Amino acid sequence: MSWKRTADAVVIGGGMMGMATAYYLKKLGMKSVVLLEKKTAASGATGRCAAAFRATWGGELNIILGKACIEKYEHLSEELGMDIGLYQNGYLFMAYSDAQVENFKKCIELQNSLGVPSRMLTHDEARELCPGLYTDDIKGFYWYKRDGHADPMLTNFAHQEAAKREGVVIEKFTEVTGFKKTNDAIKGVRTSKGYIDTDIVINAAGAWSGKVAAMAGLAIPVHGERHEIFATEPVDFNVCPTFLMSYDPDFYMQQRPHGSIIAGCGPHRYRPEAAPFDDYEMGDCWDFLEHMTGILTHVLPRTKGIRVVRQWSGMYDITPDMQPVIGEADELKGFWMNVSGSRGFMFGPVAGEMVAEQILFGKTKLPIEKFHWNRYARGEYLLDTAIA
Amino acid sequence: MSCCDHDHTKVDFKKMEDDIVVCRCEEITLKEIREWITRGYDTFDELKRLLRVGMGPCQGRGCRDIILREISRQTGVPVADIPSGTIRPPVKPIKCGLVGDIKGGDFE
Repeated sequence: MSWKRTADAVVIGGGMMGMATAYYLKKLGMKSVVLLEKKTAASGATGRCAAAFRATWGGELNIILGKACIEKYEHLSEELGMDIGLYQNGYLFMAYSDAQVENFKKCIELQNSLGVPSRMLTHDEARELCPGLYTDDIKGFYWYKRDGHADPMLTNFAHQEAAKREGVVIEKFTEVTGFKKTNDAIKGVRTSKGYIDTDIVINAAGAWSGKVAAMAGLAIPVHGERHEIFATEPVDFNVCPTFLMSYDPDFYMQQRPHGSIIAGCGPHRYRPEAAPFDDYEMGDCWDFLEHMTGILTHVLPRTKGIRVVRQWSGMYDITPDMQPVIGEADELKGFWMNVSGSRGFMFGPVAGEMVAEQILFGKTKLPIEKFHWNRYARGEYLLDTAIA
Repeated sequence: MSCCDHDHTKVDFKKMEDDIVVCRCEEITLKEIREWITRGYDTFDELKRLLRVGMGPCQGRGCRDIILREISRQTGVPVADIPSGTIRPPVKPIKCGLVGDIKGGDFE
């Protein structure tokens, strides 16, 4: 396809956040949309993530947004015309201390008040939900059935196929190298393949978006943090039939309907001396494998004979309050950020639609103005007690 | 009529090829691979993320070269110039119990 020299909007990043934004911009009426991806769709955090979505947060905004995401995910296969591998059987949150049980109760109260009927489970109920679970050292559980997971790569590609059908031009292996701008407005994008004239740029480059913003002269506090994860060979589906999650010890594990068990945790436990901040190499380490298989085989003892086939890592996009950074730059008209705060797969479909609506119609149904990064200059942080 | 009279020109080799299972771990056929290459998924990692080829127990040992050759055949790009995909640890599948017993994670 020939290079497009002008576009009404250019989206940077082919992960969930970017692909969904491009899809909705075109679908909702923008004439020409180009998406630029440095590698290929789903090659960044989306294709490496734990694949889950939930409404079970500890802050009001996240619960409202999470609920909208669940409603979106429930109809995504039909909307996009491609199966995304949806599976809903809840997150089972597990508390290993009484203090955590108290936090669960507060979360449940807030969630229930916002129309998310999560609830505490007894040990018997938890074991019924996940028969192989070791529960002797667990103090309490809570659960909400409509939380779940899907195939992140298929979801990303389903948006890509739908975006192509709508007429979005997708340029892979195309790296942004700079911007053209006037004093207060964006005018174009320079890339490794050529220049595109445009008045609107949406930066959805995840952990790389701080670097992309810097090319436009904007200091926006988004960094990358490398997290590791592994997958097992596929086994019968009843080994981990609900998404398991704990804050302390820090871990999550889930089994895709296909049979693979996926398990991961933050980097601070197995490598406290060197948290891999802004380490974009995305290497893997043995320390993680030792640490995480130790947790997996404790929590689900029958995984001892199951083999790990693959480990990898991905970049969380870290913001000062671990919350999304969304909106148009105050000092640079036409330059938009759409960054999830490490939840791009989960929030992508809804965040993409919201940003597209905001750009095209100047309004959207959810309060995205609260996610503008100018909150940091005012010393305001969006707090949530249920962030992993 | 001897067996040598069989008309080979009527055998549809293309169709026979389509049914070949390229990825035995995930049971993906040459036909599926060809269709998605045509739709622009012309690197190993894109096909891997889409069809799970190379994600099974063999980790691409069986299918990687066949798929790279097929991409080359369809796109005209030499095999050496096609991004060949990431090879990830562990080298061979290893039992969780074996590794997990070394330190025990947070539950040691």
